[in-house]
Amino acid sequence: MKILKDGVKAPVTFSLNGEDIEGYAEPRTLLSDFLRHELGASGTHVACEHGVCGACTVSVDGKAVRSCLMLAAQAEGKDVQTIEGLSKGDEDFGDLQEAFHQRFALQCGFCTPGMLMTLASLKGTGRSYSEAEIRDALSGNICRCTGYREIVDAALDVLGDQVKA
Amino acid sequence: MKPAPFDLCLAESVADVTAALAEHGEAARILAGGQSLMAMLNMRLTEPQLVIDISGIPDLDRIEVGKDGITVGALVRQAELAAHEEAMAALPIIAEALTHVGHMQTRNRGTVCGSLAHADPSAELPLLLLLLGGHVTLASARGTRQVAASDFLVGMLSTARAPDEMVTHAHFPLPPKGARSGFREISRRHGDFAIVALGCIAQGNSVRLGIGGVADAPVAVDLGDVTPETLPEALNALAWRLGGYDDIHATARYRRELIRRIGRDLILETIA
Repeated sequence: MKILKDGVKAPVTFSLNGEDIEGYAEPRTLLSDFLRHELGASGTHVACEHGVCGACTVSVDGKAVRSCLMLAAQAEGKDVQTIEGLSKGDEDFGDLQEAFHQRFALQCGFCTPGMLMTLASLKGTGRSYSEAEIRDALSGNICRCTGYREIVDAALDVLGDQVKA
Repeated sequence: MKPAPFDLCLAESVADVTAALAEHGEAARILAGGQSLMAMLNMRLTEPQLVIDISGIPDLDRIEVGKDGITVGALVRQAELAAHEEAMAALPIIAEALTHVGHMQTRNRGTVCGSLAHADPSAELPLLLLLLGGHVTLASARGTRQVAASDFLVGMLSTARAPDEMVTHAHFPLPPKGARSGFREISRRHGDFAIVALGCIAQGNSVRLGIGGVADAPVAVDLGDVTPETLPEALNALAWRLGGYDDIHATARYRRELIRRIGRDLILETIA
């Protein structure tokens, strides 16, 4: 049984977007803050910090989770995916991001990384989804600009189970 | 906000946890999925000296489906139980209720036993444990004991768990053969905390109704044989007995009305 002392930074290692990383975290450091401040992966956004808004959603071992409701130490040895892993660069977006672009599915963009990581976890299952299922999944992510219609349309373009007219 | 500083214990066995709890008692909190505790830590509603992370303990992630019910270990995530076809076929009322437990992203980490131990009065899983007449298993350095849901859920965010005990398992019994069940919930948005949650088990016209979100802990009552004629008065009496409370989501009066109306719809559909 290991005890990590308060205020003392201990090493944390996990796979971030396919690359092994190491950083140092206090026991109380949230995974969201570890990603942003220790690893410089600031694509993961932080807003409510109590699990309601979904802006900080990342994928841990293939499941969409709130990175503000996880300690950095709990990510030890896990496979963590963030928004930085969805594209190969500024000019080479993945299909979800391309669909968001095409459908004007963001305005201020603050919630977008969380939205995309929720949808990426659906994509990871390899099956298609109905609009109702997509809306149910996205109910865990709050957007205060778009009214969601364009986000759902973009998600349906990539994940939808209906053939488009 | 960020949590206040704490020591973090990475437990490897139940014995590690019970030893740490025996030493630290109420100054320690158990962290499993963290979907309630992490939010409370972030908001500094709780400032424990020691957080005991149990996620590394082997064998607590099992779901066992037996003849008499489903037993889940302390590390079974809500999403894992929802995805367990055999368990959900045995207890479809849990499958229905789990769709109302937070959102997909929180069910991926939130545990069944964690929700029971947190004991939010509007939470679905404590309501179901009570409705089905289940129990939790508590372990401490003194030994283990089983506590019935009706004794365990004592009030708002409070349980009969002693400061040196941890919930290791929860057991949800199957309803009697041939019984029918139903679940209904009203919230501001799907996935939000329930304003009123209702579960119903019916054998013929004999009804047991569970209600969450109205009193400071879930309540389950046997209504006996009901008919469409007698039901409104029985539900009205129940609504007044529970009283309800006013908060930012709804008034006590609205909660009582939901028991009358949604309760009636749910029961009539279940016994039909």
